Amino acid sequence: MTDVLKDTETRDTTARPHWRASPLLRFGAEFAESPVAVAALLVTLLLALLALFADFITPQNPYDLMQLDIMNNMLAPGETTFDGEMTFHLGTDDQGRDMLSAIIFGLRLSLGVGAMSTVIALSLGMCIGVLAAYFGGKVDAVIMRIVDLQLSFPAILIALILLAVLGKGVDKVIIALITVQWAYYARTVRGTALVERRKEYVEAATCLALSHRRIVFRHLLPNCLPPLIVVATVQVANAIALEATLSFLGVGVPITEPSLGLLIANGYDYMLSGKYWVAFFPGVALVATIVAINLVGDQLRDVLNPRLKR
Amino acid sequence: MSAPTPEAPTLEVRDLKTHFFTREGVIKAVDGVSFQVAPGEVLGLVGESGSGKSITGFSILGLVDAPGRIAGGQILFQGRDLVPLPESERRKLRGSKIAMIFQDPMMTLNPVLRIDTQMTEAVLAHRDVSKARALEICREALVKVGIASPDERLASYPHQFSGGMRQRVAIATAFLNEPELIIADEPTTALDVTIQGQILHEAQALCRETGTAMIWITHDLAVVAGLADHICVMYAGRMVEQGPIDAVLDRPAHPYTVGLIGSVPSRNRRGGRLFQIPGMTPSLLNLPEGCAFRSRCPRADIACLEEPPVHTATEGRQVRCVHPHDEPLEEMLS
Amino acid sequence: MLVYLLRRLGQSLFVVAAMAVLVFVGVYAIGNPIDIMISPDADQAEMEAAIARLGLDKPLWEQFFIFVGNALQGDLGKSFVYSTDAVSIILAKLPATMELAMLALVFAVFIGVPLGMIAGLRPHSLAGKSIMAGSILGFSLPNFWQGMMLILLFAVLLKWLPSGGRGETAELFGIPFSFLTLDGLSHMLLPAINLALFKTSLVIRLARAGTREAALQDYVKFARAKGLSSQRIVLVHIAKNIMIPVVTILGLELGSMIAFAVVTESVFAWPGMGKLLIDSINLLDRPVVVAYLMLTVFMFIIINFIVDMLYCVLDPRVRLSEAKA
Repeated sequence: MTDVLKDTETRDTTARPHWRASPLLRFGAEFAESPVAVAALLVTLLLALLALFADFITPQNPYDLMQLDIMNNMLAPGETTFDGEMTFHLGTDDQGRDMLSAIIFGLRLSLGVGAMSTVIALSLGMCIGVLAAYFGGKVDAVIMRIVDLQLSFPAILIALILLAVLGKGVDKVIIALITVQWAYYARTVRGTALVERRKEYVEAATCLALSHRRIVFRHLLPNCLPPLIVVATVQVANAIALEATLSFLGVGVPITEPSLGLLIANGYDYMLSGKYWVAFFPGVALVATIVAINLVGDQLRDVLNPRLKR
Repeated sequence: MSAPTPEAPTLEVRDLKTHFFTREGVIKAVDGVSFQVAPGEVLGLVGESGSGKSITGFSILGLVDAPGRIAGGQILFQGRDLVPLPESERRKLRGSKIAMIFQDPMMTLNPVLRIDTQMTEAVLAHRDVSKARALEICREALVKVGIASPDERLASYPHQFSGGMRQRVAIATAFLNEPELIIADEPTTALDVTIQGQILHEAQALCRETGTAMIWITHDLAVVAGLADHICVMYAGRMVEQGPIDAVLDRPAHPYTVGLIGSVPSRNRRGGRLFQIPGMTPSLLNLPEGCAFRSRCPRADIACLEEPPVHTATEGRQVRCVHPHDEPLEEMLS
Repeated sequence: MLVYLLRRLGQSLFVVAAMAVLVFVGVYAIGNPIDIMISPDADQAEMEAAIARLGLDKPLWEQFFIFVGNALQGDLGKSFVYSTDAVSIILAKLPATMELAMLALVFAVFIGVPLGMIAGLRPHSLAGKSIMAGSILGFSLPNFWQGMMLILLFAVLLKWLPSGGRGETAELFGIPFSFLTLDGLSHMLLPAINLALFKTSLVIRLARAGTREAALQDYVKFARAKGLSSQRIVLVHIAKNIMIPVVTILGLELGSMIAFAVVTESVFAWPGMGKLLIDSINLLDRPVVVAYLMLTVFMFIIINFIVDMLYCVLDPRVRLSEAKA
């Protein structure tokens, strides 16, 4: 029996000796076990950098009307301006706008809206969920009833109706995205917090007569974070997709601040006549963003939650 | 009954090895097991959980799941070796010539299919009869295992049955095609004691009546004592002792068998201390060299570091031990 | 069984009531009901008549009862654009959406279940892995983008199928349907595939998980011990077991399919409820939007109710325990 124990222990340590270093290193090493996930992470970072530094990277500012020339409209990918000064690698739209620049600016808006709404919805849902779990009883019952009711309706429907009432606008899209997302976080946090609450460290904190606030925010919340991070990653992708869909339907962002979804919608009519690039390339950018984030989220879930490992 | 029968055995297992090839290493779930069963005879296959007794049963049926496979030995069924047979041939034998009864009656019947569906399909898979005739066969089988109003029962779903009733259905299903061999994998473990008795009795009666050979897999020596003609004790994938039931129970030779018998409470030894085997079953991944039982054996010494040979004694008794006992059970335990 | 039915009915009524309150609060308390329910083109006399009819001059709680009373009579206001009853406009568009959703559902089941079962039976094979990769892609690609790519490929480049519209229809019980004509079917094919893609991915995952779980069960091993062929085990023993979660989830998803039809119908110019909703939002035809919302909620509840009943039929265990309860 002792032999057996010793054997398995040595096996473990020889297989992954570097894990002992630090939790963060170990986390990184586990994440890096999937090359696909690493590639996805790099793509995500690259897209984020593109979005951040859009002003400096893009060949033109697509919303500065001074820089546009209607003469350049609907050029196919690879064509140049009349004087040959500038090449439109991804073609131009009906107003002579360089698609590459428009896509990078659209990406900035899409990522920004997705990230912002997720952060706010996360904070909101987290607070509500942890309160429901901590206080339990009627508070919990009422909150969870609302959550269930909302989650039983498709997000897109709720967002559509909200925007129908509120009207177009970046801020309104963010409000709609927060409204459809908070319930996921609230439910996730409540689930984990309920488990954590029964653990001894919370009991110990209660025995020390720490305040409710301190127990909830300093003890309970940090321990609920791992599953939240996973849900949040997937939700960023969902939020971006939802924003794109809403904008595509014409109820999302206004025409003056086009996101990827709106760019695709603008190119839709031209697609039927074979001028595919106006809609196609923004779509590729959108899909790459969503897929990359989803893949990162998948791997995060596997690393952060050993029970879910496939 | 306790002497080896002169008839040709229904099943003869020779040096069976069933190994699981996992990423962590090779698990030798069954590693050199031999025994035989004659028509109408009951063999008790005894061991703790993880000793490989169930895998032995599945090996005979050809139902070992990947990454496991039969790595060596022979399974002679009516003189024919089953190991090299293709899957299609083995399937024809399953359920017709060789049937199996499982441990948990709650799990063996498909919850969403009616009993008649689940029983007739067993008939129709092997015999060219009409559906009506198949249903007739099933009805008779249910009556035989003591189920009243079989027509009503056939039209029911498994969840409408008690555990004992489900096990009767499973037994009736096993006997549907009049098999030559039945492998019963702890069929009474999950049942109440009174039901256990009834099931045991019915299974035994059916075997005697039809001349079916039976392998009764169990960890419960008391069950085997009242039922089996022969006993084969397994430990960590290996046969450690076998022989006629009375001989083995009265004069167990292997220290493990002694421990097993000693840890069963008995009226004769009331008030005395129950025996216990120290330690736990070793992991099959990292079996110690030599005798697998040596780390828990009171008689172990340096000789046990070698692979112990199989001694064949009188009356068809075999024991795999360097230091077998040679005195009656009472003396050992006193 | 009856008790169970009644209890479920009670829950459904609660949800309808809750939604009615929410819609009321949204329209009357947060928004300005005069803006929302009365056309901006209305002259003073019309406006006063409408205010009187809707009871907007009365206290809020009284307005609520008027709203509920009108809603119960099927009166959810008049469309500004069509000047007719909003509910009947939506109901006229209902068949187009329903036939699309149904065809998509059929696709999702008949493509998703077999693929999911293959992936579940052979999880480590190339086929199994490809199917799972495909399903991840199906989840990740935005619906409208998939639809556009279908149009680009099959309508613009290959010119095999039409890019939009409903095509020829034939009448059944006095209602026009596209699936009754060949031309209509060819128009339906792409939108139905588009609507089905997401659900197919979902069904693949469900079927795969169900198959993997069922394959490990003792009853499958017992079925093998009975000498059954693997076809029979897979097609009867495993399939019947995975149909329960698949049907339940899909039924529940029928509601979300109708919601997602908004996107598909917009992409393929399919004249159904969803396209009507988007058009109404863009035309500020708010009574239609409100009516759509109430009708959809109502439909959701009916669908959930039917799914619950179906679940009872499919799973004998539930049938019994509910009968006892």
